[in-house]
Amino acid sequence: MHSISKVTTHISHNEQLIFERSQPGRAGFSLPPLDVDEIPLDEIIPSQFQREDDLVGMPEVTEVDVVRHFTRISSWNYSIDQGMYPLGSCTMKYNSRLNEKVARINGFANLHPLASEAESQGALQVIYELQQHLAEITGLPGISLQPAAGAHGEMTGILIIRAFIDARDGKEASAKRRVMLIPDSAHGTNPASAHLSGFTVKTIRSTNEGLTDLDHLRELCAHGDVAGLMLTNPNTLGLFERNIKEICRIVHDAGGLVYMDGANMNALVGIARPGDMGVDVIHLNLHKTFSTPHGGGGPGSGPCCCTKELEPFLPVPRIVTSAVDSDDEHRLKSMLRLDFDYPQSIGRVKAFFGNYGMMLRALAYILTHGYDGLREATEAAVLNARYITHGLISDYEKPFAAPPMHEVVFTDKRQARKGVHTLDIAKRLIDYGFHPPTIYFPLIVSGAMLIEPTESVGRQELDQFIEAMRSIASEAIDDPELVLNAPHTTRIGRLDEAAAARKPVLRWKPAAPPRTATSDR
Amino acid sequence: MLREIGVASIENLFDSIPEDLRLLKRLNVPAALSEIELLKRFGDVGARNTAASRVSFLGAGAYSHYVPTVVDHLISRSEFFTAYTPYQPEISQGTLQSIFEFQTLVCQLTGMEIANASMYDGSTALAEAVLMAERVTKRSKVIASSAIHPHYLEVAHTYVQHAGIELKHSPYCTDSGITLTESLAALDDQTAAVVVQSPNFFGCIEDLQALSEKAHANGALLIVAITEALSLGLLRSPGSCGADIVVAEGQSFGVPLSFGGPYVGLFATRDKYARQIPGRLVGQAYDKQGRRGFVLTLATREQHIRREKATSNICTNEGLIALAVTIYLETMGRRGVQQVARQCAQKAHYAAHEIAKLAGFSVPFSVPFFNEFMVRAPIEALPLLENLATEKSIDAGIALSRFDSNRPNDFLVCVTETNTRKQIDALVDGLRNLSEASQ
Repeated sequence: MHSISKVTTHISHNEQLIFERSQPGRAGFSLPPLDVDEIPLDEIIPSQFQREDDLVGMPEVTEVDVVRHFTRISSWNYSIDQGMYPLGSCTMKYNSRLNEKVARINGFANLHPLASEAESQGALQVIYELQQHLAEITGLPGISLQPAAGAHGEMTGILIIRAFIDARDGKEASAKRRVMLIPDSAHGTNPASAHLSGFTVKTIRSTNEGLTDLDHLRELCAHGDVAGLMLTNPNTLGLFERNIKEICRIVHDAGGLVYMDGANMNALVGIARPGDMGVDVIHLNLHKTFSTPHGGGGPGSGPCCCTKELEPFLPVPRIVTSAVDSDDEHRLKSMLRLDFDYPQSIGRVKAFFGNYGMMLRALAYILTHGYDGLREATEAAVLNARYITHGLISDYEKPFAAPPMHEVVFTDKRQARKGVHTLDIAKRLIDYGFHPPTIYFPLIVSGAMLIEPTESVGRQELDQFIEAMRSIASEAIDDPELVLNAPHTTRIGRLDEAAAARKPVLRWKPAAPPRTATSDR
Repeated sequence: MLREIGVASIENLFDSIPEDLRLLKRLNVPAALSEIELLKRFGDVGARNTAASRVSFLGAGAYSHYVPTVVDHLISRSEFFTAYTPYQPEISQGTLQSIFEFQTLVCQLTGMEIANASMYDGSTALAEAVLMAERVTKRSKVIASSAIHPHYLEVAHTYVQHAGIELKHSPYCTDSGITLTESLAALDDQTAAVVVQSPNFFGCIEDLQALSEKAHANGALLIVAITEALSLGLLRSPGSCGADIVVAEGQSFGVPLSFGGPYVGLFATRDKYARQIPGRLVGQAYDKQGRRGFVLTLATREQHIRREKATSNICTNEGLIALAVTIYLETMGRRGVQQVARQCAQKAHYAAHEIAKLAGFSVPFSVPFFNEFMVRAPIEALPLLENLATEKSIDAGIALSRFDSNRPNDFLVCVTETNTRKQIDALVDGLRNLSEASQ
């Protein structure tokens, strides 16, 4: 038997677009009656400024329609709460419900960002405390929580490097330093962020061991034009760059700075600190390492941490403590306030203070784990990855010999001989009830499968995952068609993405009205 | 497990980290708190945010609107909030279909042809729009009205400072409160775009039609930013006025204030620019059996494929907040959005009318507004507002001296459907009493 027949008639499997459910006159809201005397609209807003389309096409549905609609389509998603989500480099760990509750406390959720400092001291305290903890965890004392995601934090960090070099060397000399070095294994956001900050990207090769090629690095650093290096550590192959101190020394000697992509901090928290390695600036992903939910693609939060030397260049406003004159002993002796007075700052990177709700969740994560729990989470994350490595090594090709940290890369080299590729293995894994790993990344590994289990899985589930992967390896030999046609258990099969990109349909449009004698006139 | 994998101890898992780089002490963070302790702690800290429980007329980029209960309930479903970016379409159709609906709703409201799956917020969406205008026109000068939210202008400046773009500011008319076409003196055939906000920072409705004609006559694009997205329920869409890129802060659509984030940037433009748009796009696709589904599409614009040649560095966006916006808009629906907008406008005009009657107070700008307006007080605004907060427990507005030292007596007042007539009357009384007392 090669395929399992698919269910297509179940009502929740055929939920339409909300626009196709819409019926004129339906409504899902209730508002109190207007309690001021209504003025004719034309007297307030002249008719040429008023909407002329009556919002035709927007849905008209009831509340029950909405609840059923989203409940049904939600069942088409895989989620962390359903099981292991081993996307390498994405750190899909459990999202505590407690943290969700904290973020919804009225004093935070209902607080306007332009409320006065005196009346938002609690909110500023959360930012201040989280900053202190993240500075301790990274060993880098300067910090801004303003960036909204990892790539945004990268951009912030690279702009800081640029501003620092401009100040250090003067604009003229600095203009000759416009090269950003990036390993060939890096995330695509690294070169994109470097480009946005006005740098030319030069790529550093990786060695056969999967580490930064020091000779190539030295060669690239020999021309006096290097502003910095963007390095992920552990790198995207899951390997710790054990020459990190030497790497930092080479870049520093060449007059550049070292930026670390903190996407893989889940391998280091409580174990080692980027600041102790010689790194100048780093971004963290609160939505990875600090468990704030990924939300189907965001929101994230990408704090930027840096050395004391780079601190003056951080985005404004900064949150600082200041003494308050007060003879009333019930009032605060010190107060947190916003400080805009940093003339060397790169400027603001986001309106207000960043993705504040994510900061609350991350602080709750740190406080519920404590110093022991944070370290234990790291240990479990690495142990789990090593356990998977051990379990898969006999069936899948592991391109680099070194034992990995929190994530491990395998390839489809052996399965490809039977015509079964990484994409097929990923799709077949869905039938076994697992989300696939990150595939075809890093780009330097052909047919890569990057597996990151995180600390949020137990041995039983790890065994089930290993079992599933090994079973697929057998199927690739015995019954490749079964794998090539996967997935078999989902509501829909593989979608034709090439056709979708050729003639993109990016929005719903109402069907053309039927042609009648009247409408033709 | 250690025995199974042949590693002697937990410490040995970290052998690849050189000894001198290991952290020998424990982290200087507090010991773990239990659930009870944690909730107590955050409850206490949250209570220090006294502004959160006040009657509020604060706006300026973040708005207090009613959020139907179903919004938070539905975004709290595990299937949505604990999912990743929908890279595996077969098991992400819930997320993908909701983004497709989001893109459609954004197009309907803005009057544009295509919209992306979201940006970080309105301010970063504006910065991305400026970068896109440069790519589309291959021109490097951008003229931005000074009546745009100051944070948005600052963010745009940060983003474009090394992109070879000259960002010029054009003054707004201090009598009418809007950006007049005559003020676009720098507009020429090297100009990539004219950027305005409408309703602008002072709440005034810009003449988008006139501005777009003027921009287009010079071959420049018109970029329109919106901070109060609910205005779209009542005001003519930027698309129908000729805008080429529309960006907006989506917070008004069902997203809590949350001290400034997470919010969501809306980004819409014309079909012909589909391959220049930043961020993710979801498109319709079919499987072999002809069943409809949705996929991430036109990914060759994006960083994970195009690297330094990508249209933007954005990866993680604001997925769950975009979902909240989608649920809000579908629950309120066509009529709900219109009615909320109507109530905002009516109540704000009632408030403006009553405040303008107070001795010494005025609402100086002459052009129409939606739900936010500038008030000029007979005395300095900052202490007046502080006193109103402490004595009457009303956050009456935002003192403009925080943004512009030339406006000591001016403040912005924003009124939404959540403000009752009683609250507005208390605001008016409070302003009268405190200004009389200080004179």
